[in-house]
Amino acid sequence: MNAMTEGYVTPDGRQIGPVLMEMKNITLRFGGVVAIKDISFDIREGEIRAIIGPNGAGKSSMLNVISGFYVPSEGEVWFRGQKRGPMKPYEVARLGIARTFQNIALFDGMSVLDNIMTGRLTMMKSGLLSQALWFGSAEREENENRAKVEKIIDFLEIQNIRKTPVGRLPYGLKKRVELARALAAEPKILLLDEPMAGMNVEEKEDMCRFILDVNDEFGTTIALIEHDMGVVMDLSDRVVVMDYGKKIGDGTPDEVRNNPDVINAYLGVAHE
Amino acid sequence: MPEQLLYAMEVTLNGLMAGVMYSLVALGFVLIFKASGIFNYAQGVLALFAALTLVGLQNGQIPFAHLINAALGTNLHSFGWKLPVLVAIALTALVMVGLAILIEKLVLKHLVNQAPIILFMATIGLAYFLEGLGDVMWGADIKKLDVGLPQGISETVESVTDSIFGYGFFIDNLDIVATVVAVLLVASLTIFSQYSKQGRALRAVADDHQAALSVGISLRFIWVLVWSIAGFVALVAGIMWGTKSGVQFSLSLIALKALPVLMLGGFTSIPGAIVGGLIIGVGEKLFEFSVGPMIGGATENWFAYMLALIFLVFRPQGLFGEKIIERV
Ligand SMILES: Nc1ncnc2c1ncn2[C@@H]1O[C@H](COP(=O)(O)OP(=O)(O)OP(=O)(O)O)[C@@H](O)[C@H]1O
Ligand SMILES: [Mg+2]
Repeated sequence: MNAMTEGYVTPDGRQIGPVLMEMKNITLRFGGVVAIKDISFDIREGEIRAIIGPNGAGKSSMLNVISGFYVPSEGEVWFRGQKRGPMKPYEVARLGIARTFQNIALFDGMSVLDNIMTGRLTMMKSGLLSQALWFGSAEREENENRAKVEKIIDFLEIQNIRKTPVGRLPYGLKKRVELARALAAEPKILLLDEPMAGMNVEEKEDMCRFILDVNDEFGTTIALIEHDMGVVMDLSDRVVVMDYGKKIGDGTPDEVRNNPDVINAYLGVAHE
Repeated sequence: MPEQLLYAMEVTLNGLMAGVMYSLVALGFVLIFKASGIFNYAQGVLALFAALTLVGLQNGQIPFAHLINAALGTNLHSFGWKLPVLVAIALTALVMVGLAILIEKLVLKHLVNQAPIILFMATIGLAYFLEGLGDVMWGADIKKLDVGLPQGISETVESVTDSIFGYGFFIDNLDIVATVVAVLLVASLTIFSQYSKQGRALRAVADDHQAALSVGISLRFIWVLVWSIAGFVALVAGIMWGTKSGVQFSLSLIALKALPVLMLGGFTSIPGAIVGGLIIGVGEKLFEFSVGPMIGGATENWFAYMLALIFLVFRPQGLFGEKIIERV
């Protein structure tokens, strides 16, 4: 019996599974800048894992390494017990790792519905030729995917904007559409880069609720970056704390909150 | 009906059909520009290359015959067979797909994330390379392209209009065919882009590369796909123009006719390419018909550019292009 392969139950009764993804000694350099310095941590199945830290700590860089947008200078990424070779972002996406971006990356010219449909591209099988020769199969597949997407639209309460071009939406709704598109891929891991940044209190509460619901209803593993400490403490099972590219804390919200290094980094004063 | 009006109608019809030919070329530009932000200088040469390949395959010409003869002292010219038109067209389409794969592997792949001007320069290089390759493969002589398209004045149109107006319109059969083909082409491209999985991926890539990657779209696959489609559109344009005026170097200059169309229609809009082409086709012919005789004719050489310039001043984004808003 070992927690690595078996998982455990948290004090408040949440079932956490075995390790799903493991980052081993990741280092990432941009010329002279070291964005990530020798960081290791893991993400377990079914948990909500937060990455926090001051501006420029390297949080987004870490998410980019996980999603294949950055190639680590050193270190290994393990997924489902296997070492992941060098992969392009689209290959990572096809493994079942979906993400959102800190600066929102949507297809502005396409409708909300079409944007979310792109999330299902990895799920669609009909090839070019079969679509051309036998429209029926492609049509059936399209309808099935449409049905799934409509569910997500209901789930995130964006029915009334589904035909709106995304470029016209306000910021808070764009963030929600981006989440919807990531969800449409039915990911094993969902990576969220500051899903609540720039939102008002009400929007933040909605987003929090959605994230919890996604984790709860679909059992999706979630890794998220967030600045709002209150939110992080409420949402996450475990927290990685980064500062200047280094990991300075890792544990439950309570453990992290009482970690002197973490307090130091956030308050900028020595804590004796 | 007054005779002048009938003339004008005939000229307009002819203009519309000439416009369709311009649209065909502009379409290739728009496809590549939308998906990758590249202004593909080689689009015209692509049409020439496609037409050369088609003629060569159809006549059973041996590719690189000159080179082989020079190297081995042989005297080869042709395989001695003639391929059926449809087979030759299908093979040429395959060659264009192969070319798209090569262009992606040898050029585009190495220029990811480069500034648009660099990519533009690369396509200039590509244009000259392809022009040379076409010559070496198939020879530099002027070739006649005949895929069995009807040519000459349509007697049906002439007799029908004659019985209605008492004046028979002169419309070229080839122009009618080109119009039908262009309509079919645009319709199938639209259906493809709106309703197929790859079409959606294509629109996604055209909109945002990062976001496209994050939903599992391979940019390289999409690039091969658009260049293949652009190659196919070039083949269609090459067939029409090649049938009209022979397959020779000047065929690649039809690209110059597409430029004003793009300025008018916008670089990113498929309907823009069509409407732009039609406006220029009609404008050009009507202008030559009405004003031409007063200023010594030959206005078709410059009218399109002037129209495009005037347009640029008032609507720089083109007819259908998205509005350019300067963010400060
Ligand atoms: N593509 C890049 N090229 C060069 N330097 C980069 C690149 N991406 C990130 N960096 C650098 O790496 C460091 C970490 O940046 P990162 O965006 O990961 O921080 P972050 O923790 O997400 O910050 P924030 O809270 O502001 O989003 C910064 O010094 C940044 O300038
Ligand atoms: Mg960040």
